[in-house]
Amino acid sequence: MDRVLKGEVREQAEERAHWLPRLDIGDDLAKGVENIAKGVLSPLEGFLGREDYQSVLRSMRLANDVPWTIPLVLDVSEERADRFREGADIALLHKGRPLAIMHLEEKYRYDKEEYARRVFGTTNRAHPGVAKLEKMGEVLLGGKVDLINAPQSRFGKYKLSPFETRVLFKEKGWRTVVGFQTRNVPHLGHEYVQKTALSFVDGIFINPLIGRKKKGDFKDEVILEAYATLIRNYFLKDNAVLAILETEMRYAGPREAIFHAILRKNFGCTHFIVGRDHAGVGDFYDPFAAHRIFEEFPDLGTVPLFFRTFFYCKRCGGVANEKTCPHSEESRVNFSGTRIRKMLSLGEVPPAELMRPEVAEVINRYENPFVE
Amino acid sequence: MAEKGEFASITIPSTLYKRLEEMIEETDFDSVSAYATYLLREALAHLEVQSKEVLSDEEEERVRERLRALGYLD
Repeated sequence: MDRVLKGEVREQAEERAHWLPRLDIGDDLAKGVENIAKGVLSPLEGFLGREDYQSVLRSMRLANDVPWTIPLVLDVSEERADRFREGADIALLHKGRPLAIMHLEEKYRYDKEEYARRVFGTTNRAHPGVAKLEKMGEVLLGGKVDLINAPQSRFGKYKLSPFETRVLFKEKGWRTVVGFQTRNVPHLGHEYVQKTALSFVDGIFINPLIGRKKKGDFKDEVILEAYATLIRNYFLKDNAVLAILETEMRYAGPREAIFHAILRKNFGCTHFIVGRDHAGVGDFYDPFAAHRIFEEFPDLGTVPLFFRTFFYCKRCGGVANEKTCPHSEESRVNFSGTRIRKMLSLGEVPPAELMRPEVAEVINRYENPFVE
Repeated sequence: MAEKGEFASITIPSTLYKRLEEMIEETDFDSVSAYATYLLREALAHLEVQSKEVLSDEEEERVRERLRALGYLD
């Protein structure tokens, strides 16, 4: 998928954007437009129309049966929607600058309660996805988009398109690649999962999610710097690639696990790591629901690798899991995110069996490494 | 989690239907149709050639240059 305008066509579109009906959109939607245009969200070519929207909600597939679990939609207020005509083009602006041309195919209303129930499995406003949904406009705009100017990124040097990652993997001679989704700084448990998966494939694509997160999550720059440090010190350069995925976290648990797998397939990953409580939040999802949901998608085109619980075992002298370690609970130190977070928030260095000292040092350089 | 939507019928030999019926006895599939749908989707994923845009040599070289500039390639 390549809907990035180039050359003269791009210049003409930029010019047209000045006199077309305009819609200024926020950061999350602008990143969505860029991701559609660059093929990160392939096979989507635009924001979902009504038929696809309903199909995604109800059967977790597009209307043509292709797996797709998260509705990619462009919401506006009713008042604003009245300004746009179906069948006509709209200029999408981001921070006042022409971002894309949208070919508006349809406008439709939707049921937020149904959206919340089906995508998040709850209508509880304590769920960050539900809270965001409540603030969304009442009307959805569906139609293809053509990118004029990509939104500015703070992390351009880590940003690769699927075209670029596919060339990169080919150049590295990787025939099999495992994708790792993360929104956290790495502890030894993560490294264990990554290296266990890497043992079976040619390379690992570590792909932190950069974008809107909830309060208390690690800041984007901290996650990136922590991973760059880990890879520099503990991975072989020929076998690991770090690049970002700019999109928001939806906290949609199992549905988002499938969504994350599809995006990594688009980057060229043949395998995808699914951990415990993938894309979960609080206790809204069963920790292994994100594993079970893959049973419904034999046609994803990427192989999920499931990981359950892992811990540091004092008697084994290393990271282990329930299948590899015969020792009792007393010997085990769990990778408690809450505990590690608390230590880091106090400026303390977690013990070496939980986090690499180089990684802890990078995090502790930040006065406040957490989203406020 | 998947919901029932619109359906169409296909015809298969009854002997094949019986084999599928036997296969699902000790699985979570609640019908031959559900199992056949799963198998067909699995088979299609292997058969369908993904429509990947092919880069020209010039475009690919430009990508390689960017990857080198960013330090991803030597």
